[in-house]
Amino acid sequence: MQEKVNTLSMKSYRSLGLAILLAAVLLALLAGSVWAQDPQPPSDDEVNKVAKELYCPVCENIPLDVCPTQACAQWRELIRLKLSQGWSEDEIRTYFAQQYGDRVLAAPPLQGFNWVFYVLLGVFVVVAVVVYIRVVRNLRTKPAAADAVVQDEQPAIQDDYLKKLEEELNRREKSS
Amino acid sequence: MLANFGFGALIITFLVALYGIGAAIYGGVKNSARWVESARLAMLLTFPLITLTAVSIIIMLVTRQYQVQYVYNVTSDTMPLYLKITALWGGQAGSLIFWSWLMAAFATAVTLRKWDRDREFLPWVIVVSLITLAFFVGMSIFVENPFERFWLSASGREMVAMFQPAGATPLIPSDGRGLNPLLRHPGMVIHPPMLYLGFVSFVIPFAFAIAALITGRTDDRWIRITRRWSLVAWIFLSLGLVLGSRWAYDVLGWGGYWGWDPVEIAAFLPWLSGTAFLHSVMIQEKRGMFKRWNMVLVIVTYALVIFGTFLTRSGVLSSVHAFAQSAIGPLFFGFIGVTFIASLALLLHRWKDLTSAGQLNSMLSREALFLLNNLLFMLILLVCLWGLIFPIVSELFTGQKVTFGPPWYERITGPLFAALLLLMGVAPLSAWGHSTVKTLGRAMWKPTIVSVAVLAVALATGVRSVGALIGFWLVGFVIAITLYDYGRAIWARHKRSHEPLPVAFWNLVGRNRRRYGGYIIHLGIVLMALGIIGIEMFQTETQGTLKTGESLSLSGYTVTFRSLAEWNNPDGRNIARAVVDVSKDGRYLGQLAPRRDFYFDAQQSMTIPGVRSTMEDDLYLLLVDWEEFNSNQATLKLFHNPLINWLWVGSVVLILGMLVAAWPDQEPDAAVQRAAQKASGRVTAD
Repeated sequence: MQEKVNTLSMKSYRSLGLAILLAAVLLALLAGSVWAQDPQPPSDDEVNKVAKELYCPVCENIPLDVCPTQACAQWRELIRLKLSQGWSEDEIRTYFAQQYGDRVLAAPPLQGFNWVFYVLLGVFVVVAVVVYIRVVRNLRTKPAAADAVVQDEQPAIQDDYLKKLEEELNRREKSS
Repeated sequence: MLANFGFGALIITFLVALYGIGAAIYGGVKNSARWVESARLAMLLTFPLITLTAVSIIIMLVTRQYQVQYVYNVTSDTMPLYLKITALWGGQAGSLIFWSWLMAAFATAVTLRKWDRDREFLPWVIVVSLITLAFFVGMSIFVENPFERFWLSASGREMVAMFQPAGATPLIPSDGRGLNPLLRHPGMVIHPPMLYLGFVSFVIPFAFAIAALITGRTDDRWIRITRRWSLVAWIFLSLGLVLGSRWAYDVLGWGGYWGWDPVEIAAFLPWLSGTAFLHSVMIQEKRGMFKRWNMVLVIVTYALVIFGTFLTRSGVLSSVHAFAQSAIGPLFFGFIGVTFIASLALLLHRWKDLTSAGQLNSMLSREALFLLNNLLFMLILLVCLWGLIFPIVSELFTGQKVTFGPPWYERITGPLFAALLLLMGVAPLSAWGHSTVKTLGRAMWKPTIVSVAVLAVALATGVRSVGALIGFWLVGFVIAITLYDYGRAIWARHKRSHEPLPVAFWNLVGRNRRRYGGYIIHLGIVLMALGIIGIEMFQTETQGTLKTGESLSLSGYTVTFRSLAEWNNPDGRNIARAVVDVSKDGRYLGQLAPRRDFYFDAQQSMTIPGVRSTMEDDLYLLLVDWEEFNSNQATLKLFHNPLINWLWVGSVVLILGMLVAAWPDQEPDAAVQRAAQKASGRVTAD
């Protein structure tokens, strides 16, 4: 009898242990899935932070966070979903660029034909600086004597001119 | 009937313009005053003629003649009268007529000036003005005819044609589609005319420059004649840009004033080259230098004026395919190409005649600093132009468009604008001809100390952003130097003539309007810069969905949602309007009512923000979303825009300065010439 009870209790304990193990595994799985998701959905501000740096693929030059079209509202919800799934901002930007092309990015990435843009932009700046340096170098290589003449001469002409002009204007003012 | 009348007047305008071009060329080449006078009268006639065309369109717009396609596209029964009138520039075909109308007005104004001493310029000024006018009028006749009407063919097919096709009957829609809602705003009513006035008035300095190149009279006479025209053009262009910014702030609903949109940039480009030109011509007047450069600048400005109109009118911005399919795009492109190449060819032809009379003697002289100023303006222009056209180039070669958003432009142009602000402070204190670090330092040290105090205040109030600190210091620096320069000159007058200070100020400005008006313009620009620094570096935003009684907070402000109402207005709008309470640091400030207007005729909506404005900041509130049949909840977006109103205050100061600088002198030009001639044989006005 005692043996039967023991056998029964052993079976019960074994079942109980099995049940606890199962429950623990289920709980762990459940907890895991819950923890994997943010209990709070991403806020509008978090969504807009990402959307602000993306451009509406349909409208011209309008950031996604302020574009009023229905399509853009859906894209903002897509950003919310991706954020809730744990995607980083960079991953979301890359995803949009792959889906809709580089035009959704705030500036063309340094790749392919876009190099033409950046290289030529650099050329513009270099040419402008070179032109300026040439003018300045020309200025520095001029003989000092010539400088002195111009320095002395120019203000005198201007002062004299302005003085005479002022006198003429005063005369006209008085006569009228 | 009215459509035929207006179209007829347009054709006559075109023919008269062509005649004027021919007569002016013949008169110019043969040196025949009779033919030149005939061409002048032809140019004079274009304005009343095209006025008939413009007035015909306005009457059709006001009297709801929807059988005319243009009227159908831009008006509707529910639109108020003033919007029906201003719908003249609300669509492509009408805006081209409006452009031509303004161009004819300016051409007429040029015609009526005294030509005694500049008779040789006249035929070529007529040629350039009338070629520009004829191009735009020709576009209206052959490509974008605003008088085309709807017809119903015998087989029941709808058609659009100028004249009644055989067997067709007139088709008269009962109502129009209405103007784009975004254009139904006072800012947008005034903005295009200002911009167009700026565009067309830059044609006049260009016409004189070309006349100078053709006639070989390459001294600075053309610059002196067009000085005021250039300034007037710059005034209108600046006004157009400022009004456009204000419109964007009030209507577009994204909390900003400038989005680096291609259309904005297209209007900004001639402003950049025009501003460089306004500074550069002073060097030619004072020192006889940069004659070639001034020619380049005025040619570039003219090309950019036409290019800006081309960009916004050809559809090229939306797609190169749209451009290729449109008739207007290639024509514009051809016109820009031909005029630009012809102008450069003329410039090269006169290259040797345009040598500088003076030379740069000092890196810190006024002219050297102006050269640097020009370099910076042109760099900004190149960056903007390249950013504008590269998406088109990319689409053409790869089939893929790219975007250049505001952060990209701000990153590149920000330091260049900062350098311009620095020059704006330093240049007025440098002397023409020669300046040294010592002389400049002596002139600058007092205002520099004041500007460092501004920097200290910014640091003390918690500003830590390096960009913002540099910006605030530059603002303080330019304001201090400008006021110091004013103060010094007023005090000198007061001491010398014993004039009371206000009288001394009045006389000082009156005697040298260009210089002191220019300084007021500088003050306006730095105040605008203050607003721009505020919004660009310190703007914050938040968004949330609120139930009745719930609140959202941002930068000390608390917004509490109270109610939402949605109704159909008798003027053809569905309005959704939220009411919120606003408080700051616990103190109740009042209510705001952001709304969304949906226009039934155009099937388009418009977001109108609720704004609480102070000189310190704006609380800018948008109604983003709401649920139908549920007035207890709404999604609101809040922007806190610090210092933004200084942008508008600065704009007003800018306009004031421009009026001072452009105000006609009391003294006749001849007196100035005589005084100049008496003063020195070397410094002559001609």
